[in-house]
Amino acid sequence: MWATSARRAIAGQSSVTSWLLRNSMIKSGEKVRSFSSGSNQLTVRDALNSALDEEMSADSRVFVIGEEVGEYQGAYKVTKGLLQKFGPDRVLDTPITEAGFTGLGVGAAFYGLKPVVEFMTFNFAMQAIDHIINSAAKTYYMSGGQISVPIVFRGPNGAAAGVAAQHSQCFAAWYGSCPGLKVISPYSSEDYRGLLKAAIRDPDPVVFLENELMYGETFPVSDEVLDSNFTLPIGKAKIEREGKDVTITAFSKMVGYALKAADELAKDGISAEVINLRSIRPLDRATINASVRKTYRLVTVEEGWPQHGVGAEISASVVEESFEYLDAPIDRITGADVPMPYAANLERLALPQVEDIVRAAKRACYRQVPQSAAA
Amino acid sequence: MALIRRAGRSLSMLKRSSLFHGKQKKQRQQPIVSPSLPNLTPHLPSSLIRLQINTTYSAIPRGISSCSFRSSYIPNRLLTSEAQPKLPDEGIDDTQFLDFPGVKNTAFTCDLKFVSEKSEEVPCYRVLSELGEPVDGAKLPQMADALALRIYENMITLQVMDYLFYEAQRQGRFSFYMTCSGEEAAIVASAAALSNEDVIFAQYREQGALMWRGFDLQEFAHQCYSNSADYGKGRQMPIHYGSKKHNFVTISSPIATQLSHAVGAAYSLKMDRKDACAVTYFGDGATSEGDFHAAMNFAAVMEAPVLFICRNNGWAISTPITDQYRSDGVATKSRAYGMRSICVDGNDALAVYSAVKSARSMAISESRPILIEVLTYRVSHHSTSDDSTKYRSGEELSHWKVMRDPVVRFRRWLEGNGWWNRQKDTELQSHSRKKIIAAMMNAESMKKPPLSDLFTDVYDSIPTNLKEQESYVREAVAKNPNLYPSDVPL
Repeated sequence: MWATSARRAIAGQSSVTSWLLRNSMIKSGEKVRSFSSGSNQLTVRDALNSALDEEMSADSRVFVIGEEVGEYQGAYKVTKGLLQKFGPDRVLDTPITEAGFTGLGVGAAFYGLKPVVEFMTFNFAMQAIDHIINSAAKTYYMSGGQISVPIVFRGPNGAAAGVAAQHSQCFAAWYGSCPGLKVISPYSSEDYRGLLKAAIRDPDPVVFLENELMYGETFPVSDEVLDSNFTLPIGKAKIEREGKDVTITAFSKMVGYALKAADELAKDGISAEVINLRSIRPLDRATINASVRKTYRLVTVEEGWPQHGVGAEISASVVEESFEYLDAPIDRITGADVPMPYAANLERLALPQVEDIVRAAKRACYRQVPQSAAA
Repeated sequence: MALIRRAGRSLSMLKRSSLFHGKQKKQRQQPIVSPSLPNLTPHLPSSLIRLQINTTYSAIPRGISSCSFRSSYIPNRLLTSEAQPKLPDEGIDDTQFLDFPGVKNTAFTCDLKFVSEKSEEVPCYRVLSELGEPVDGAKLPQMADALALRIYENMITLQVMDYLFYEAQRQGRFSFYMTCSGEEAAIVASAAALSNEDVIFAQYREQGALMWRGFDLQEFAHQCYSNSADYGKGRQMPIHYGSKKHNFVTISSPIATQLSHAVGAAYSLKMDRKDACAVTYFGDGATSEGDFHAAMNFAAVMEAPVLFICRNNGWAISTPITDQYRSDGVATKSRAYGMRSICVDGNDALAVYSAVKSARSMAISESRPILIEVLTYRVSHHSTSDDSTKYRSGEELSHWKVMRDPVVRFRRWLEGNGWWNRQKDTELQSHSRKKIIAAMMNAESMKKPPLSDLFTDVYDSIPTNLKEQESYVREAVAKNPNLYPSDVPL
């Protein structure tokens, strides 16, 4: 299969073009328009699907396991077409036992396979968190380097829309505190594609936090992103928008909100630098600190709970390393310290909105800012 | 001719409708099935097919074997209208045939009867009596004297090692130990029935299996003393052995997590089509964990070649069996998962060897999981942190320790065959003792793991933050050498 995609590549057709053809998204003969800067449109869902497809073709040890990943084509259609292409030995539908299939995946990884374990959401991964931490994260260390665990745990993380407390928790901070794990939270299609490929190729256990509401979002991507060997380095943040007045860090869906906030702030003459963290662990402290040393002000944004959150860690890191550069206290914008409510109006109040980020940035810049209408 | 056929068809539709309306119950016919008819509708239960065939082709003479519902090869002139015998009305349940997707082989009943909580008796397999003599009617497994003696020597060495390491812990030489007194036969004889390619996922009381694989006394001592020669690089508590070259996965403390790992590894072995299986050991207490259920269910559904070996030793620290589960033993639990099992006398080394050997070949050739319950008794305290006299009687303990020693039982069988004697026994005991003490002295005198081992193996390649931390520590050590422990190399 790898040879096949190589042949197609030689014939001048990118592997994603052939993927798009196979999945009837473009007609044969229709050329996917490609310019040197991104003008191919790729949804996040397709970015994930194509990454899985290519990695499974390239390495026969990679397999997908989880609930509804096969016959149902994936609970969110991320694994669409994979069962048909690779067969039931590589795409496994499981009974409803997160603890079971996570443990099974870890055991397979001990033996030398490369499982990609899908959780319907990371909330359900809590039923398997012992296997993620005690069996996967710690084993390379505990075994004295004898047993490596090249496993990827992926699935939607954080709030969706109207799914309430047990389906909306953000786990970035919890997994991010655990040594032995790598934790990734992508934003754009390029991020999803490059980082999932990197995660599958990585010999360490990786927690890959996706976002349900982003699956349908479309992003322009360059030809380079569509190449079958495209990967992004784990542990490097991306500066989505350059600025000089205030640094805003965010991950996952909040990057989009931060970019919108930056547009709003530009109207008021504040030039915000938006950093897309991409990795929670390792955290790219170098990029964050370099940015703060340029702008002297920092606002961190996340959907999760405030106490012991990602913003708390970034704050501590910046205070430790760039204290003299700060001109204003660091502001953490986080979700409310409550289990997620269901009612739409309450849910909106429980999550950061663009205006919250704008207000925080203005506070950091010592601008007059009216208090928010809601408490 | 066409008229008869059409009449036949409308008659059949009338009959089919009687299933639903029940009016013409008495005219229902006994299903006739020609054995040569192909199964054209495999997704339907065969009962329904019979009826369908019957109602449309009841009149076809036997001998015409090429049949399809729409075949035009059957000449119309062969159709007759034969009256079928009337069935006696015995109050046959009209909807006798069960086709719910959730069950395969069951029938309806109109008796309000509950399934008993008491399971069918599962007999316990053994071939040697308590005195080490073959039981009447037992077929002993093929075991050459060399293999039998190797099993015995392992068991004795294991006993001596356990005794000396336990004492060492009491003397403060290392922090923790767990012995397997009373379970030597269960562990060593089962390991002897495996091949070196089978991957072992143990719980924590199976050092005998690792010893069988060739992990030597010096390596055991290094791990317990956590010195620089420990394969675990000093990161694990004593008895948390692991050795990749011996196909023995590092012990992990949380109970029963190794069960689902074993299923995962078995699945990989199956995909690789290897002549090997995964083997997992666990105690009676582990059967209460969620992972037990998950792993058993998965292994059965995925048809993974894994042996689940449960050392049912009657105690989980201080929890007796009566507080652990209400089923009658562990072997009976496998039926609920559609899995095969066997219950074995774990103190009969020959029986354990025979059962595991047989189970292993079934697991690999038929690609199925097998549960093997080895009944035994935990003579030891749970660990060096436990004093079991607090929760069980001295009489019970001394009965099992003195009267039911599995090693003695096997020795009697060896002596009965003329392969062993008292003198050899004394020599073996004293030889093992000397070797173990020497290994302990050697391990104790070695340096601890170096400082660099604190930071490596968290990830595949050491990340920058840990490199920084290591350099900070080394700077601090260079500045204050008197504060740094002398037996930890840099």
